Amino acid sequence: MFDTLQGRLQSAFKNLRGKGRLSEADIDTVAREIRVALLDADVAVSVVREFIARVKERALGAEVSQSLNPAQQVIKIVNDELIEILGGETRRIRYAKNGPTVIMLAGLQGAGKTTLAGKLGLWLKEQGKSPMLVAADLQRPNAVTQLQVVGERAGVTVFAPEPGNGVGDPVQVATAGLAEARRTLHDVVVVDTAGRLGIDADLMQQAADIRAAVDPDEVLFVIDAMIGQDAVVTAEAFLEGVDFTGVVLTKLDGDARGGAALSVRSITGRPIMFASTGEKLTDFDAFHPDRMAGRILDMGDVLTLIEQAEKAFDAEQAAKDAEKLMGGSFTLDDFLKQMEAISKMGSMTKIMGLLPGMGQYKEQIENFDDREVDKIKAIILSMTPAERENPKIIDGSRRARISKGSGTQVKDVNGLVDRFFDARKMMQQMAKGGGMPGMPGMPGMPGAGKRAGAKQKPQQKKKGKRVSGNPAKRAAAATGAAPAKDGANAFGFPAQGDQPFELPKELKDLM
Amino acid sequence: MTTNELIALISIIVAVVVLGGGAALVITRGRRQLPPAPPTREIDQPDGATPISPDPEVPAEPEPAEADHGTVVDTLERPEAPQGRLVRLRARLAKSQGSLGKGLLAVLGRSTLDDAAWEEIEDTLLAADVGVGATDELVANLRTKLRVEGVTDPEVAKAALRAELVRLVDPTLDRSLSSAGADGRPGVVLVVGVNGTGKTTTVGRLARVLVADEKTVVLGAADTFRAAAADQLQTWGERVGVPTVRGPEGGDPASVGFESVQRGIADGADVVLVDTAGRLHTKSGLMDELGKVKRVIEKQAPVTEVLLVIDATTGQNGLTQARVFGEVVDVTGIVLTKLDGTAKGGIVIAVQRELGVPVKFVGLGEGADDLAPFDADEFVDALLS
Repeated sequence: MFDTLQGRLQSAFKNLRGKGRLSEADIDTVAREIRVALLDADVAVSVVREFIARVKERALGAEVSQSLNPAQQVIKIVNDELIEILGGETRRIRYAKNGPTVIMLAGLQGAGKTTLAGKLGLWLKEQGKSPMLVAADLQRPNAVTQLQVVGERAGVTVFAPEPGNGVGDPVQVATAGLAEARRTLHDVVVVDTAGRLGIDADLMQQAADIRAAVDPDEVLFVIDAMIGQDAVVTAEAFLEGVDFTGVVLTKLDGDARGGAALSVRSITGRPIMFASTGEKLTDFDAFHPDRMAGRILDMGDVLTLIEQAEKAFDAEQAAKDAEKLMGGSFTLDDFLKQMEAISKMGSMTKIMGLLPGMGQYKEQIENFDDREVDKIKAIILSMTPAERENPKIIDGSRRARISKGSGTQVKDVNGLVDRFFDARKMMQQMAKGGGMPGMPGMPGMPGAGKRAGAKQKPQQKKKGKRVSGNPAKRAAAATGAAPAKDGANAFGFPAQGDQPFELPKELKDLM
Repeated sequence: MTTNELIALISIIVAVVVLGGGAALVITRGRRQLPPAPPTREIDQPDGATPISPDPEVPAEPEPAEADHGTVVDTLERPEAPQGRLVRLRARLAKSQGSLGKGLLAVLGRSTLDDAAWEEIEDTLLAADVGVGATDELVANLRTKLRVEGVTDPEVAKAALRAELVRLVDPTLDRSLSSAGADGRPGVVLVVGVNGTGKTTTVGRLARVLVADEKTVVLGAADTFRAAAADQLQTWGERVGVPTVRGPEGGDPASVGFESVQRGIADGADVVLVDTAGRLHTKSGLMDELGKVKRVIEKQAPVTEVLLVIDATTGQNGLTQARVFGEVVDVTGIVLTKLDGTAKGGIVIAVQRELGVPVKFVGLGEGADDLAPFDADEFVDALLS
């Protein structure tokens, strides 16, 4: 089974080349594939049906453009539609004209409201606001303490007059919080409320009461990205109960495709405003509909990757390196620096997940051990400056010395040096723009996921020298271990042949 | 992942980042940039972390079943026997699931089943998170069956639907909790899952089920990460007179697991229940930690049961969760929690179909004894009632 919609469509369109227009029959074929892909991403059934109808309408008779093959054409239509439904543009928080802006959080139990309150607090602070968190979740044990801890970490004031754990009236706390904020001149108040089920009439009434008491400028509905078809029912219940004005998607750092975002948006019409992507307080950002569309379709998220890179990379250094890449004078030292910068961006796993088409390598990525990076670092650091500058001078005895110094095998050093040359060539080509003839196996254009796996499996017997103690990793190594001596293939990825690598559109635009 | 692959990947990332990032920087310079992340790891446990005070979810007053048990020490609660709990909870289940069963039956009750009707059946199953694969299978089977037998009677169609659903849920799977240890050592039950699914609550409820079965139990609070998770577990334990082994907050969960089993052996307990911290299956470091917990426990006694806790609202991602957890700790059973909401929990059908791991318990409410052994027939009956 192909992992991505793109792969599926590509296979569905195999016999379609050369056709000027998409016929109705063609479109029916792909409609089923799109349906499965969307359902697998947990988009609600009713939303899928509506969505497919719209895509069909647009795709029918659409001019097949010169630059795109039919599969890409359909993908583009699907992607555009997704982005349109998801909100087109990102909406900003509406601040009150006078008096403190009130933001209320609501959602199911375990959606991540309290954590989000802290993240929102930090984010607001960075926006130059002076936020205050109000602990109106008096239901859940320890929620008040948790908010206090989170607030302290974010460096934000927390108003918690009640100890919680079932004691106190949340409506009163919320009202008092607002008064307190006025008194202490905080300009944004974030009200954290208890988690509740949509069918729990009493608790929904309580939420509505809080809403009425503080008259919030924004009511944010917090929803777990892993939620399935129930998203619709829940969203409807909360829309009726608290009439939320925006949605926050949490736990996007997992591998859920987050189709709920699409469901909630299209059923309630409320925009998704923020996305929360990790355990750290800074793992929070405005929601980008275009990126989410890519994620639902499993197409990677290069823009987020680049944005994260912006945070971690020194701009001048990056420009210098880009120049070096073009000129082919990229050295191991530069490579080391870049690698360190990348590790600053977060775990390698997360970064890889953002690359387009990585869906097919999910298993390997999931079980990827960040310590491998340290090993490479050790090898490079065991080289002399001259060797790093010009790895060509590394001969047998140097190799032996380097492997001893870094505590690795000579073959590891060999591998690194060889691969570095290949990688440099590839990067140079990439830098010059255009396709990537040197790396046909790059997972940029999916559609070879299955074949990739098939090619790799027979090789697993050759491995087995470094068997992991962890059964999961062992399994990943068995299926994922790409043979190093795979002929023309420079990157350890299985050769794929007829699929030329294409840069994602966003990237092309940038270059 | 091999080192070679890694180099390739890193260089790709470098290339993408340097080239794309460099360009993006030029374009977007001057735009707001977030400061670098501070090295803090926050408490992100959205679900209940119970402190010293009694858990409000747990009814303070004794269950009706124990009311006339004068001989039991006052401070200890006597949990209700697990048998027949599902029957008691069925009404609740029926309320939340009614639409699925009713929708299906309404369609099947029609005089003719055209393509639109079949699509409706399909959509109804998909809307319950059953998943594309399992739905296709069920619909195809049912369709063939009805056509071959030339069924026109809605009652017969209903029976066929019930049979198909039961077959998907597979009543032949062993759904008992394997809590019997070998050689006089206690059985060890490890409870795992992603964040916010209700692992600690499940462990507490399981302890009550086992105590009701006259078993002696030791609890291991190997969730050393979440603030006050150990307190929450201890509160559960104290109510039924079960000792809790705990370690320092932030300590090594594997050592807590080891010590609790050690304690279980020393006390001659029948079962040791080990609670673990919630972790997303995509975090390889945390999954390794989980693997270690299991390996270290097994130095004392073999783990007889690994229960994966899945939230009923979880969509298709539940399948990935089950697969990854299965690879790391060899999951032997599933506990489906929060089935009292509007979620239908159809994901367990997909999980069972794909991975063959049976659902062993369902959590249906907020009460202390709202954990019931799963029964395929009753589950399906409740779906269709």
